[in-house]
Amino acid sequence: MKVIKIDKKDWPGGLEKLSGNYRLFGPVKDKDSHDFRELPKGKLPDFDFQNTRLPAKSLVYPQSEAMFEYTLDESQPDHHVMKAVKKDYSPRAVFGIRPCDAKAFVLVRKNFDTPEYKDPYWIQAYEASTFVGLACDDPHGTCFCTSAGCGPFHEEGLDVLLADAGDHFLAKGLTEKGQNLLKAAGWTAETEADIEAMKKAAEGKISSSVSTDKLEAKETTALYDAPFWEEQAFACLNCGTCTYSCPTCWCFDIQDENHKKSGIRMRNWDSCMFPLFTLHGTGHNPRGTKMHRLRQRFMHKLKYYVDKYGAGIQCVGCGRCVRLCPVNIDIRKICELMNDYDSGADTCAA
Amino acid sequence: MQNPYLPYPVRIEEVITETEDKNLKTFKFVFLNPEDEEKFAYRSGQFAELSVTGKGEIPIGIASSPTEKGFVKFTVNKVGLVSSFLHSMKSGDIMGIRGPMGNWYPWETMEEGKNVVIIGGGFAFTTLRSSVIYMLDPANRPKFKDIHVIYGARTPGMLLYRDELAEWEKRDDINMHITVDAADDPDWKYNVGFVPTITEQKAPPADADTYAIICGPPIMIKFTQPVLDNLGYKHDHIIMSLENRMKCGIGMCGRCNIGKEFVCKDGPVFTLSELSATPREY
Repeated sequence: MKVIKIDKKDWPGGLEKLSGNYRLFGPVKDKDSHDFRELPKGKLPDFDFQNTRLPAKSLVYPQSEAMFEYTLDESQPDHHVMKAVKKDYSPRAVFGIRPCDAKAFVLVRKNFDTPEYKDPYWIQAYEASTFVGLACDDPHGTCFCTSAGCGPFHEEGLDVLLADAGDHFLAKGLTEKGQNLLKAAGWTAETEADIEAMKKAAEGKISSSVSTDKLEAKETTALYDAPFWEEQAFACLNCGTCTYSCPTCWCFDIQDENHKKSGIRMRNWDSCMFPLFTLHGTGHNPRGTKMHRLRQRFMHKLKYYVDKYGAGIQCVGCGRCVRLCPVNIDIRKICELMNDYDSGADTCAA
Repeated sequence: MQNPYLPYPVRIEEVITETEDKNLKTFKFVFLNPEDEEKFAYRSGQFAELSVTGKGEIPIGIASSPTEKGFVKFTVNKVGLVSSFLHSMKSGDIMGIRGPMGNWYPWETMEEGKNVVIIGGGFAFTTLRSSVIYMLDPANRPKFKDIHVIYGARTPGMLLYRDELAEWEKRDDINMHITVDAADDPDWKYNVGFVPTITEQKAPPADADTYAIICGPPIMIKFTQPVLDNLGYKHDHIIMSLENRMKCGIGMCGRCNIGKEFVCKDGPVFTLSELSATPREY
């Protein structure tokens, strides 16, 4: 694959051209951190960050979105009938997404795009997007992507991979969507430059890791009953920060919101950390304690997902939950505990 | 792309108060668009999301049988926001139904001339009613051998579908064992006693061709299971239907899982041996 050289002085002009065909999104500095926003005309994505505070998840899967609308006014012929809401699925280009967040979409797709059911909101937003990723050359100390099926130059889920080479970007058009975007922007100058060395250097800077090799072979119920969960959950506040900041967390709630005689059926992010998430009408709660809820989060990511899809763990190693957890619960440590756990059940008592 | 969250619009055709405490009502729905009824083709044991516009959705087992045409029926306990509002609705009101969802009782196996023992308690008799109506349909009855129904409630007035129970009692192709925890009616002519006790007395012995389907409150299940064990029922011949809090009903929203299985999509019907391999989060 030919690498394209994009001179940084041609960067604003290319984006300007693209703004005719795409809605543009990119990282914008907000107080002390960067987050994804739609870019108004002339506004450039700001690439001066290690990673965005929150993942790019909400661009495809908004924290709250309308699913249907309805009227409760019985003088209307279609009262109480759910109707589709107008949505904008015109092409969008997302600049500066890190490879970890792009890989996360690949993992999450397995939940929303199944042989039996298709989630139309997630799939249409995802398919409308062209992801122009920005390779990492300055990872956080808490990043462990290289051992989580990802990496600072990982290409899965991206349409274009950009590497910052000082006064220019090196770009790889990875998909047809990505190549079309590069062409539409007028970025077509091929170069013999190679990004392999940059990739190796970046991978060398990832200083932490997890071991996942033994997770699949573990007995689910033995891991579930492991004695370490109580201690790991002791400090947990069930605040949900880990789930909201996670690029691979997808749980949601559905609520009707009425205003006078009309209303919207909404979908909102939810979290397995909250007691209401699983509370039965009878008052019984199958995950009634914070230990149950913390265990669900890690068992889902590191065992149930592994077993269900055979596509590795439901984690890309972005390290956000590690950095943002107010009580320093660390998925890397819990992954080690799970991977190394020996209940004795598998060993022969000879 | 078909939107799995879009309910079929329905009209409430009839509301029947089932129990003396008036907390259980059966709702009979008719599809506003007749072609939706065909799309809603279901098997006994499946459930659907009842969508009360402006309030939300609740997952409820389908109480009508696939052999009953022109309507679908659900019996709903008055518990929370949506079910309480639904209880205030009347015939003619418009709402929605999304489904059918989940798997069903193992009809493919049981229809090969098996004995079926249905054990139900309280208001968990809804998909069991569907099953009985389905099996007793003249086209289906020859596919099954002996059918036993053990069904209990607290009092005679708390039994669901009392007229149908009385009709089934009269038939000779189904063995009915109705029971109540206590009866103050001197004319009560059926059993008195808890479901596990009546199961011990009336359930047929276990064999490779006999399947037990159990639905009921956790306490009933807890005490019925050892009875079935004593009778020799193998755990892959004990069929159970689970309930968990649900939203999407299609395995996406993430809350109803027991281990890697979703109660809404991989269940709600599981064998006891399947359940032994999953965390008991139900």
